[in-house]
Formats: sequence, structure tokens, C-alpha cells
Amino acid sequence: MTEVAAPEPVATTHRRLDFAASLKEAGLAALVALALAVPLIGFRVVESNGTVGLTTRFSWVAIGVAAVFFGRLVLALSRPARRQSATGRGGARLAPLLQFGRRYARLIGIFGVGLAFALPALATRSVVDLATTVVIYVMLGWGLNVVVGLAGLLDLGYVAFYAVGAYSFALIAHALSLSFWEALPIAGLCAATAGILLGFPVLRLRGDYLAIVTLGFGEIVHILLLNWTSLTGGPSGFGDIPRPSLFGLVFAPHAPAGYRTFQDFFGVDFSPAQRIDFLYYIVLAMALLTNLFTIRLRRLPIGRAWEALREDEIACRALGINPTTVKLSAFAIGAMLGGFAGAFFATRQGFISPESFTFIESATILAIVVLGGMGSQLGVVLAAIVLVMAPELGRAFSEFRMLIFGAAMVGIMVWQPRGLLSYRAPSLRLGQRGEAAP
Amino acid sequence: MSAPLLEVEHLSMRFEGLVAVDDLSFTAEERAITAIIGPNGAGKTTVFNCLTGFYRSTAGSMILHRDGRRFRLDRMAGYRIARDAGVARTFQNIRLFLGMTLLENLMVAQHEALMRASMFSVAGLFGLAPYRRAERAAKDKARDWLDRLGLLDSADLVAGALSYGDRRRLEIARAMCTGPALLCLDEPAAGLNPRETETLNELLLAIRDEHRIGLLLIEHDMKVVMGISDRILVLDYGKKIAEGTAEETQRDPAVIRAYLGEPEREEAGS
Repeated sequence: MTEVAAPEPVATTHRRLDFAASLKEAGLAALVALALAVPLIGFRVVESNGTVGLTTRFSWVAIGVAAVFFGRLVLALSRPARRQSATGRGGARLAPLLQFGRRYARLIGIFGVGLAFALPALATRSVVDLATTVVIYVMLGWGLNVVVGLAGLLDLGYVAFYAVGAYSFALIAHALSLSFWEALPIAGLCAATAGILLGFPVLRLRGDYLAIVTLGFGEIVHILLLNWTSLTGGPSGFGDIPRPSLFGLVFAPHAPAGYRTFQDFFGVDFSPAQRIDFLYYIVLAMALLTNLFTIRLRRLPIGRAWEALREDEIACRALGINPTTVKLSAFAIGAMLGGFAGAFFATRQGFISPESFTFIESATILAIVVLGGMGSQLGVVLAAIVLVMAPELGRAFSEFRMLIFGAAMVGIMVWQPRGLLSYRAPSLRLGQRGEAAP
Repeated sequence: MSAPLLEVEHLSMRFEGLVAVDDLSFTAEERAITAIIGPNGAGKTTVFNCLTGFYRSTAGSMILHRDGRRFRLDRMAGYRIARDAGVARTFQNIRLFLGMTLLENLMVAQHEALMRASMFSVAGLFGLAPYRRAERAAKDKARDWLDRLGLLDSADLVAGALSYGDRRRLEIARAMCTGPALLCLDEPAAGLNPRETETLNELLLAIRDEHRIGLLLIEHDMKVVMGISDRILVLDYGKKIAEGTAEETQRDPAVIRAYLGEPEREEAGS
């Protein structure tokens, strides 16, 4: 402060102007605070002797507004100094860690997969159960990553495909009495169809507009599930969901007619943990398959076309790429992966209801993709672990859970605005043969 | 080679009250550079946008002859004009995929061939031999172009890391990777320094001489236009006011008037 003031009168007028501007800003903030505080804090509903009455507490309002005014003033006045220190520092601190992550991504991945496979032997039942949830979210994240991360189509209604997958899996399996493995591909197919159906009306939309329409689609599916009681069971949900079997071996205390049980075949005692572990392994295997599938797709012309579409749709058209099919394929494949995840969710829960498919799910999945770093497979895994585990681990301070959660998200966005692992690996390289030049 | 490569007849483009292109007819030949020049707002880029399907023209026809087939460009969707008729273009404000590598930029341009070879991703997913062969061929084509631009060492860098002049040339290479019959260049020399302009000229002449292709060029830089054009078309207010070789158009009084204004006073003339 001192070194600025002394020689130039210009600086002092600047500061006076600054002060006036800060005052104005603080006044505005106080006004907004007042407008909000009067209805929110100023009135209080009290119940006495069975009747409801209103009391006022304007002194609280005054305190609040004053706090906002002075707080804002202090903030505004200290801004120039703060701005200097804030830029880039956090990012620099995280950089070496990220470089490490980038360089050893493969190693970390292999280690992670190994750990994931060993998990049921190491951990308790509840941990394995939680891990199943994490892996389902990883699948969802990878699915949405195709749409948002690769094709650049902001989808706020991804939960719709999750729901379509779960419900079509449960309902069709019930209606045609199909087993888990027969119903699973149908669920994926139904979700992919839903993806294409959503894709058609939003072909011309981009960015914010696309986000709003997809948000609407998510809500439509949710409301449909709630109200189409005759089909979906409405708010009370749907329970008769097939469980996966291992080549015809069932995980249950007693085998239904025509089947053998797992414990019978292998001559072990029945325990419910077997079923949980088995489901975990299936979900894990499917997730790895999903990973392989999407990595492969990214290196194919279709994957490059998705990314090119994200970069510049007009240039794509000028190169003879049909934006319609490219967009629809992204929607369809993203939706299909979401549908598979939905089917796993349904069989894990053994019961589904519309409550599980609300907007907050879409938001969580999107947060996984964005926090992880758009287009990064490993980033999605890390973000899914953080976002799914954090609320579970944070149960001790349940009251502050969402607060801490929100703060952590803000922190990541400040220091790492492009996500935890935002590095983009080229889909193919010219590689060693190119180096022969000199 | 009876019919010319491109025949534009009575092309008009109206936006509400504004007539951007007014009853324009011209042809472009194979293995020739046809330049379209004119003052700002003369409707040059609008002609390109009609040709490449970004605008639907109000009237007139545009016909492209390729391998004995006849394409009505004025009735085709934009991506099909590029894919089937083989009209490739570059943009006034360069439109590369800046977040993707140079190699990827050139691979995206070969999307159609690769997509077929990958049997719409099925063969590609399993890495079958025909797809692997097609991918290798596409990569070789991309490598040749990068080599020619002197950008082979930067092949795996993102396009955003390139200098302005290199971006221009990469965009031309990308358009060429689609295997076009007609290449439309919208002000390729804009923002280039004299040396870069020189290399651009060489590149364009080489493309003309080595490929069975026609070039259509919008340009303000007269060193480029007069240096490499085989024929020049001058537009003003959406109308063709002159057509001919470089010398002919330079001497044309209508062209001089369009560029320099009416010679009311003596000093305005020369």
C-alpha cells in the first residue's frame, strides 16, 4: 500500500475513486442482502396454542445487512492486493502432482485394477457394496464422457438413460421372465434408442440450449416413471428384478427348479457375501469392458469425428462429415453405457423407484466428468471415487457434509479449472517412423 | 474434357432486401486457378458459401462434373457437397481443430474413407486387417502432406501451437486430404508475411500441377492473385464486372473504377 501512495497524486485519486466504487459495490450488496433477508430472516412463523402466527425480527436483518455491507467493503478494498497473490499459485502447487499422474497414468491404472480385483478379499461386505456403487458411477461417468467430454454436447439429463436402462431391464425381464444376462443387452438397446430419440430434436442445439432441453428430457422421464403407475408401479417402485447367475449357477440359499446353486456346485457354504462379491466382479468386468470399448472408439474415425465436432462443427461439415450421424452416434453410445449401468444398479438394489433417478443424479455424474477432466478416463475414476465415497465417509459430520462437499468442488474448480486430469492424449501418433527426417 | 469442372449459372443470393450475389455466371476448369476478386462486400465469400452449401442460393444453378457424374450443388446438403461432389474449402478465419494434433486434423479429413473401412466402427473395434490397412494408408497420406509443409516434426503437436502462416497451410492440406475435385480457398494469404506468401504461392501452384483438381481462390493480395491465377473474375456489388487473364482485368476500366472510385478529379485516376 505505502509504496503506491507517496509520489503521484494520480495514484491517490485512483484510490479515492476505488474507495467510492467499493462503497457503491458494498451498498449494492447490502441492498441485495436486505431484499433477501426481509422475507427469509425478517419474519418467523411461530406456533402457539395450535394457531400459527408471525413474529418479526428486524434486528437480525439489520445485523445481517450490516455484516454484508462491511464484509463486502473490506473485500472490495483489499481486492488489488489479493488478485496479485491469487493468480496461478494454487495451480502451480498442484502441477507436479498432475505431471506425476499423467506420466504414470498407465501404471496407476494397472495398480488400480489390481487393487479393485483384490478388494473383496481385503475389505468388509459394506465396503465391497460401496465399491460396487463407485464402479457403477465410473461406468456412468465414462458413458457421459462420450457425450460431454468427447462430442462436447452438454447433457444435463443423463439420468434419463440410466433410468431407461434400469426400468427396461426390470420390466422386460419381468414380463418375458428373462434372466439377467438375457435382459442386460435389451436394457442397453432400449437406452440407446432413447438416446437417439432425444438426439433427433436437439440436433440443431448447442451449449446452453442443449443443456436446457436435455434437462427437460431427464425430468420427463422422471415424471413418466412416477405417473405411469400401471407400468412402472409409480412412486412405490418395482421389485421383481433378476439377479445375475454364473453360467447358470444361482446365488441363493435354495435353487429354483432347473437351476443349481453356486455353493452346491463348488461345495462351499452359502453366504450372502458371495452374491455381493460376485455382483461386484461382474460390474467391475463390465466397467473394464466399457473402458476398453470407449478407448478403442476414441481411436477410430468415429471417435475423432466426435472430437472434431466438439472443436468445430462447421469445419466438420466442410470436410464431408455428417454432423447428424456423428451426434446421434455419440448420444446413442453414451446412452447405451448409461443403460448398462442402470441395469446393474437395478440388480444391485433389487428394487427401483423413480426416487433414484432425480436431477441430482445427473448433476453428480456430470460433476464426475467435469471434475475428473473432460475426456480423461482415469480422471473419471478418481472423481467418481471422491464424489461417491466422500458423502459416505463424511457421515460423521453429516450436518456439514454438503458444505464440505461444495467447498471441495469450488476448490478444485479454482485450482484446476479443467478438471483433475485434463491432459488429452492424441488419438494416434505419427510415432517413431516420423523421426527419420533429419 | 468437354464440360468444365464447375458451371455456375445465374446464381443469385438475397438476404431480405440485400442482394449479395446478383445473377452471376462463371465456370472453373480443372488444373487451373480461378481467382474471384473484388472490393470488400462484393459477395465473394457469399459465392463460396453457396457453393459449399452453407447458404441455400435464392436462384440459379451450380453444377460440378466429377468422373463423368454431374452434381447439382445447389440442391445438396453441405456435408454431401464435400463428401460426394468433392468440393473442399478453407475459411477466411481459419477453422482448424485447434485442440487436436496436426496428424489428427488430417485424419479427420479422411473420415469417410476410414469410416467405410472400419465398417462403421465394427471392423475398427476388433482391429481387423482391412481397417488397419486403411488407417495406415490414411496416415501415410497425412505424413506426405505434413512432410511437404515441413511440419513433420510437429505432427503430434496440437494445431493451436502452430504459427498463423502454418495454420493457413495446414488448413489447405486438410482440405486436400478429403481428396477434392474442387478446392475453394477463402483469402489464404490474409495475414501472411511476404515470405509466407511466397511459400503459399508455391504450394498452390504445386497443387494445381500435381493433382486433377480445380482451384477457386478469393484473395485481396494482388501479388498472389496476379502471380498465380489463370483466370480472374471481378465482382462488385454481387455482379460480375470483368473476367479474363491477369493483364486483361488489370487494364479493364470497370475494374479500376470499382477499386479506385469514379475518376472525378484528375489525381484520383492514376
